[in-house]
Amino acid sequence: MTRIKFTFWKVVLAILLLAGAYATVLRFVRGLGASTHLSDAFPWGVWIGFDVMCGVMLAAGGFTLTATVYIFHLEEFRPIVRPAILTAFLGYVLVVVALLFDLGRGYRIWHPLVMWNPRSVMFEVAWCVTLYTTVLAAEFAAVIFERLRLEKLLRIQHAVAVPLVILGVMLSTLHQSSLGSLYLIVPSKLHPFWYSPLLPVLFFVSAVCVGLAMTIFESCMSSRHFGKQLEMKLLVRLGRALLVGISVYTVLRFEDLYQRGALRLLSLRSYESNLLALEIVMGLLIPIVLLLIPRVRESAGGLYISSVLVALGFVTNRLNVAITGMEGSAGVRYFPKWTELAVTGSIIGVAFAIFALAVKYLPIFSPAEPSAAAPEPEAAELLHARS
Amino acid sequence: MSKGILYDATLCIGCKLCERACAERNGLPYDDSVGAEEVQSAHKLTVVMSSGDKFMRRLCMNCQDPTCASVCPVGAFRKTAEGPVTYDASRCIGCRYCMLACPFSVPKYEWDKALPLVRKCDMCADRVVKGQQTACAAACPTGATKFGDRDALIAEAQERIAKAPDQYVKHIYGQEEVGGTSVLLLSSIPFERFGYQTSLSSQSMPLLTYRVLSHIPNMISVGAVLLGGIWWITGRRAAVQAAENSPAKRAETGEGK
Repeated sequence: MTRIKFTFWKVVLAILLLAGAYATVLRFVRGLGASTHLSDAFPWGVWIGFDVMCGVMLAAGGFTLTATVYIFHLEEFRPIVRPAILTAFLGYVLVVVALLFDLGRGYRIWHPLVMWNPRSVMFEVAWCVTLYTTVLAAEFAAVIFERLRLEKLLRIQHAVAVPLVILGVMLSTLHQSSLGSLYLIVPSKLHPFWYSPLLPVLFFVSAVCVGLAMTIFESCMSSRHFGKQLEMKLLVRLGRALLVGISVYTVLRFEDLYQRGALRLLSLRSYESNLLALEIVMGLLIPIVLLLIPRVRESAGGLYISSVLVALGFVTNRLNVAITGMEGSAGVRYFPKWTELAVTGSIIGVAFAIFALAVKYLPIFSPAEPSAAAPEPEAAELLHARS
Repeated sequence: MSKGILYDATLCIGCKLCERACAERNGLPYDDSVGAEEVQSAHKLTVVMSSGDKFMRRLCMNCQDPTCASVCPVGAFRKTAEGPVTYDASRCIGCRYCMLACPFSVPKYEWDKALPLVRKCDMCADRVVKGQQTACAAACPTGATKFGDRDALIAEAQERIAKAPDQYVKHIYGQEEVGGTSVLLLSSIPFERFGYQTSLSSQSMPLLTYRVLSHIPNMISVGAVLLGGIWWITGRRAAVQAAENSPAKRAETGEGK
């Protein structure tokens, strides 16, 4: 057996996974009450607020990029479509994994597919996420087919690529917005900073923004860790699109806050107003200022920082909707138990690890020259992902 | 005919016999320590709360257009013709959206079980179907909890308020709230004192999400055509551009570049 090299991140991953494994045992043996800080007063915590709400949003690069290349025919973006699809696919699979932890009876996760209630937003989300994960698998299949040189299957995949992408974009539009619609039903529970009839629109626009931001972030990370050439020209264009996106969102958001009279509440310092300010300053105002400066917008570092801020800002937004905004009416403060964080941390860790392995062994970044540079995937090699 | 429960707090003596009867009917343990709990939970589906010498009950309101029935992704909740809102445990996946969405925060969860279910009062649906009154109404020694036809109960409540206007808050809680509920409450002190929200809209809650969901079929058809159109136009544009830049075309027009 080959010696496994311990790098910093591998140790971090190992610790996370150990804690996650123990938390998993607690969750399934002793139940949700013993393994989470959830209660009758606060039934949805970090597994929904972060893993599902943010997970789906962070995976939005998949539909944003496929639409750009396949529907808008902006061919020059093709080199970064595959990493975006991979991230999206991984993201959705892990959202489903997180759901298996959160659902009281995860083994019935398929029930919405056969026991219909079309009046339910959750029912619609369940269907969309199921179908979209399937679409992503079909889109990602091209990479596998290429790697295994399955020419016939590859041709079939090419033939259905455009209808698949259209289907994927529609499903994404529906469920990205519907995650916001989930909260339309709680006008008396969600704080006025976040409750708005516009929730579905805001959730959709923010998903597009985060899709762009995550694509920039991934490209930068990949160039640093996988020695991949940075597609600077593309990133600069994505940066411009991101600037337009967050500007549109900012206008929508402030107009909405103003029209509902919630802007006035901002002047009163409160727990909620601090977290709203964090979300707006970090995710919208600072990135807008940064991206307005040409020198920043055209540098890899500037784009990287801006996109990270946008992603973090919108993560804060989703957590505010799902957690902060609900605490007031619930009359309790919720902070996740260590077990909840360990599971979430493990899921994120697994996502990074699978992404790294996929990049190493599959033609993710170089669809033009399949498997020429990629080493043979031997079992031993898989163990030490990167030296 | 839709049935209902009228709870008149001015007649309540806080004996908690309704709590005991409810526990018995639902197969839940009941003793003094459970009796002392003033919050609803998976093991206590109704509570009698007290504030000084005033009392107030809390139980599932059994809404006319229940939020839980609309939000449940598997349709586990159902409003029956007789009034009760029932819960089909065999469908429940445990997403707890009903708990989040219920305007009265009624559904509770069995947090300490490995395979938990939602618990809530179902207005003794099995008894009501057989023409019997609910267990709580049957147990009430003073008539504070009264079972009957909802319309008749509303008329009676109005009459009681009219007869003794200084004894009651001029409001039948549940007549209008979220489109009306099968459970109706009368009180001599403000309902807010017992945590009841009086600012709830008289519109039924499911409309809030239905307004958006009803656009989905349109969105799908228009969206598919729109995206297909964009694909066709941009693809055509790229093809034309490629043809114009091709060497054959350039030779034809005599461009040397």
